[in-house]
Amino acid sequence: MGDIAGQATAPVLNQGNAGATLSEADVRRIVRSELDRGPSRDPGANTAAIIASKGTLDWAYPPLILATTAAASGMDASIFFTFYGLNIIHKDYERLLKVSPLGNPAMPMPVPMPNAVLGLPGMGPMATKMMKSKFQKRNVATVRELLEAARDLEVRLVACQMTMEVFGYAASDFIEGVEFAGAAAFLAAARTANVTLFV
Amino acid sequence: MGGTQVQEDTVLDARGLLCPMPIVKTAKLMKTLEPGQVVKLVTTDKGSLADVPAWASSTGNELVASHDGGTEFTFFLRKA
Repeated sequence: MGDIAGQATAPVLNQGNAGATLSEADVRRIVRSELDRGPSRDPGANTAAIIASKGTLDWAYPPLILATTAAASGMDASIFFTFYGLNIIHKDYERLLKVSPLGNPAMPMPVPMPNAVLGLPGMGPMATKMMKSKFQKRNVATVRELLEAARDLEVRLVACQMTMEVFGYAASDFIEGVEFAGAAAFLAAARTANVTLFV
Repeated sequence: MGGTQVQEDTVLDARGLLCPMPIVKTAKLMKTLEPGQVVKLVTTDKGSLADVPAWASSTGNELVASHDGGTEFTFFLRKA
């Protein structure tokens, strides 16, 4: 190209076979090169929009881990905290985030216990204590450390305004840096994101 | 990868840390480096064997070399 003005820039396919349709090999080659170029020019590939809807200690981890990792991988990450998920960004999260062994048959217990026992007073705090000490023993990051990492990495933390009203929370009940918005704001972020998760 | 000699500019000791902290700390440190500089990352988290190469490929930083020491894993990452 270059010295031939006006020459078509598109690749010439099946030269010498005028009017021929694309061969299968051509199509494969074109599709493959388009696919390869896709991620580099798709702005959505650089965005992660995550919903955190659960307010227990165990379920606080997945959205925080994924959002901080996404941000550490160069993505614009945001978490939309709704319903019980608001616990995670409440100023009092360390007290609010608990685990319950009740109705959670997957939770590892030192000895098998029937639900009737798990429902007794004291079992919830015991399970919470057990999980915290397990995490600590393995040196798993605490929720505090993950929230600090999220702030360092500029993960956007968005509280659902509607659930705040329902639960009677004020903006001042939440940790610093939290934004407030609704479903339309989440969807505006999610519609251009390639990674969207509901936790 | 493996036998090549790479000289690191800085070392990140992430031993004892679990997912996602080795990656979070690596990303944080990388931000302070100049392109071309190399960080030597040492981990004990088995997940980092998959996560560090994946992180490098999604950020464009180069995994120059890595060593699987069984319980301790070393990665040399060059900033893009």
